[in-house]
Amino acid sequence: MPPKVNVVSLVSVGRHPQSGRSRRAEQDGRAVELGLKLSKKSLTVVHAGDSQEPVLRQYAGMGLDSLTVLPQAADGDALPVLVEFLKNSKAQVVLTGVRAESGESSGMLPYLLAEQLGWPLVPRVAEILTIKEGAAEVLLALPRGQRRSVIVSLPFIATVDNAAAEARQTAFGPGLRADLKVLNVESVTDDAMATWQISAAKPRPKRLKVVKAKTAADRMKAATAKPVGGGGKVMKNETAAEKAQAIFDLLLEEKVVR
Amino acid sequence: MSEFTPTESTLSDLLRRDPRAEWIARNRLHPLHSSVVSAGQGEVRGPSGLLRKNPHVIGFIGPNGIKRIDRANLSAAGLNGKKRAGEAKETQLPLHIVDNPDGYIMVVADMIGGRLTGHDKDILGLAHQLVGENKAAGKGSIAVVLVCFGESKETQFDLAGVDRLLHITGQEFEGFAPEARLSALMQVEAQYKPVNWLFPDSIHGGTDLACRLASRLGERPATQAWQVTASNTVSRGASGSRDISRETPRILMLMEECANAIEDTRHQVLDLAFDADAVETGDDYRLIDQGQIEVDSNAVPLAEAEFILSAGNGIHNWDQFHAVAAALRATEGASRVAVDDGFMPRSRQVGASGTWVTARVYLAVGISGAIQHMQGIGQCDKVVAINTDAGCDMVKRADLAVIEDSEAILDALLKLAQEHYLSKEQEKSDAA
Ligand SMILES: Cc1cc2nc3c(=O)[nH]c(=O)nc-3n(C[C@H](O)[C@H](O)[C@H](O)COP(=O)(O)OP(=O)(O)OC[C@H]3O[C@@H](n4cnc5c(N)ncnc54)[C@H](O)[C@@H]3O)c2cc1C
Repeated sequence: MPPKVNVVSLVSVGRHPQSGRSRRAEQDGRAVELGLKLSKKSLTVVHAGDSQEPVLRQYAGMGLDSLTVLPQAADGDALPVLVEFLKNSKAQVVLTGVRAESGESSGMLPYLLAEQLGWPLVPRVAEILTIKEGAAEVLLALPRGQRRSVIVSLPFIATVDNAAAEARQTAFGPGLRADLKVLNVESVTDDAMATWQISAAKPRPKRLKVVKAKTAADRMKAATAKPVGGGGKVMKNETAAEKAQAIFDLLLEEKVVR
Repeated sequence: MSEFTPTESTLSDLLRRDPRAEWIARNRLHPLHSSVVSAGQGEVRGPSGLLRKNPHVIGFIGPNGIKRIDRANLSAAGLNGKKRAGEAKETQLPLHIVDNPDGYIMVVADMIGGRLTGHDKDILGLAHQLVGENKAAGKGSIAVVLVCFGESKETQFDLAGVDRLLHITGQEFEGFAPEARLSALMQVEAQYKPVNWLFPDSIHGGTDLACRLASRLGERPATQAWQVTASNTVSRGASGSRDISRETPRILMLMEECANAIEDTRHQVLDLAFDADAVETGDDYRLIDQGQIEVDSNAVPLAEAEFILSAGNGIHNWDQFHAVAAALRATEGASRVAVDDGFMPRSRQVGASGTWVTARVYLAVGISGAIQHMQGIGQCDKVVAINTDAGCDMVKRADLAVIEDSEAILDALLKLAQEHYLSKEQEKSDAA
């Protein structure tokens, strides 16, 4: 790893799934962790929001000397100030979570940043393997524990998946002692959001398995009969090699054997 | 009721009931009862001239394979006259036709493994709800277009509610190609100006593509939407703890079960004109796909694994089984017997008291298919069985069943897998 890559990790205020209290956000914590792994010296951790937020100290307690805050009101739009900040910084790698745990949780911020800065975006990163000669090799986390390797040119934005290395513990004292650099930026309000109605989440109705049967016998059958696959192929008299070939062809066709 | 339409069946196929005979058959005290009941069978007399009843011919086999006795005798051939002839005829669902649509709703499907997922089908159902509302509001007819990339193995687009199909194929759209796919979607946008763009809010690429399109178009989408009408959308926010209600935006990312899938109509599935070659596939793509890399298949949690090789009581050579799993890059599973006997760890057990798996392909070797095991594999797409017993439940459930000793098949599979990966490696080293 070359010594100098400028990494910026964007952090937000998380929400504990059970108690609802604010906390260090899961994925943002991982983004800081990944940033620390890439370059401890040249990592900038940035938060757009309230500079008095105690959760910021939890991020700082991961071993950061300082944390940059772009002050925004609670109904503010983080996008314009972040675009302005990143344009003027020498950032080469920007790490964010996939979705914030508070606010709209839309996951659009990294995409909008990428679009406005004209940088590429890699979604759901599990690991950044190497950075050299203006390009990075990253591992994407795919569903079912699979990984994909992608090469992306610098500078780029990456969203960090839950499959990335877990955030380290935070230390309370060093967190308090860390330096908060509060920059002087204009607060921009999010007008569209003001027209929305926001309420506590209603539980979603569970989908019931409705049996559409015309006769009582069909209903009885649906309720009691064992589920049977619709007439599969049975091979009895072929040789073992032919049978194995048939299985292997199916595996190839389904692309589970690549 | 097709059997009453004269165009479809001749008069002799008609089911004719004789209410009087039925009434007599129900009434066992009626003087004509015995003659009516035995009308179809004819009476049987024993050697001494006594009237005999044959207890074995009473009743019939019900739909579950259980013997039933029909005391009311409603189904006796003599009473009902003729059997319905065309009963098993498959009902043809009505065809939903959209000619010269005034607009389009684009549904961009995940199509995992080349087939529509349940999530995709729900979204197609939602698209048709929106179409219905638009029609009621007098906004003309709208066609639901399925946009999909890459290879497709789906054969039932018509039953899922696809009016038009926009199948974009080409080498540059395969694998991980968000930039190329985005350019294609931008061209679709320019050509058709869809009323709505609907995406599954999923980790299979739907969310990623939707976010890219929304940010390129500069429109604010609704993410994690779950209650959508033509005018209003309710979506989850703040990690699922808030409901956000707003005017329905043009780009929507929808949660699972956001609507019911289409069930009782067929659709046209006409190809929509689209020139995939004309997509501006710039050379300046900055994401270069290096392909999926190999992961330790046994490190993948069993519940998430894509391909499981599962062992039961019919495995006698365990070293061979582990070798085959490694060669095929399959995650190992086991039935309870294999676990109880100490051949596999408890964490590998599939079934009611083990793990419920979601594999796309489940290869069951020497597993009989007890109901406790079957419950665990309910969500698997393709089941392959290797078993010596052709009558066992696993063979009935399987899409492909092979009746043979497990050791012989595993041996052949091992060879095939090794050859396959060897030739792959050869290719790679030749290319390099
Ligand atoms: C409360 C409860 C919970 C349970 N939970 C589970 C559970 O979670 N998961 C689970 O799996 N089971 C569970 N069981 C056990 C279950 O009922 C069955 O006993 C078990 O699944 C049978 O395992 P099997 O198919 O491997 O063995 P068997 O039923 O013995 O089947 C062996 C199969 O291998 C075939 N075979 C034999 N020799 C060969 C050969 N040489 N080549 C090819 N095929 C061969 C046979 O034809 C047979 O079909 C549970 C039972 C109870 C009571």
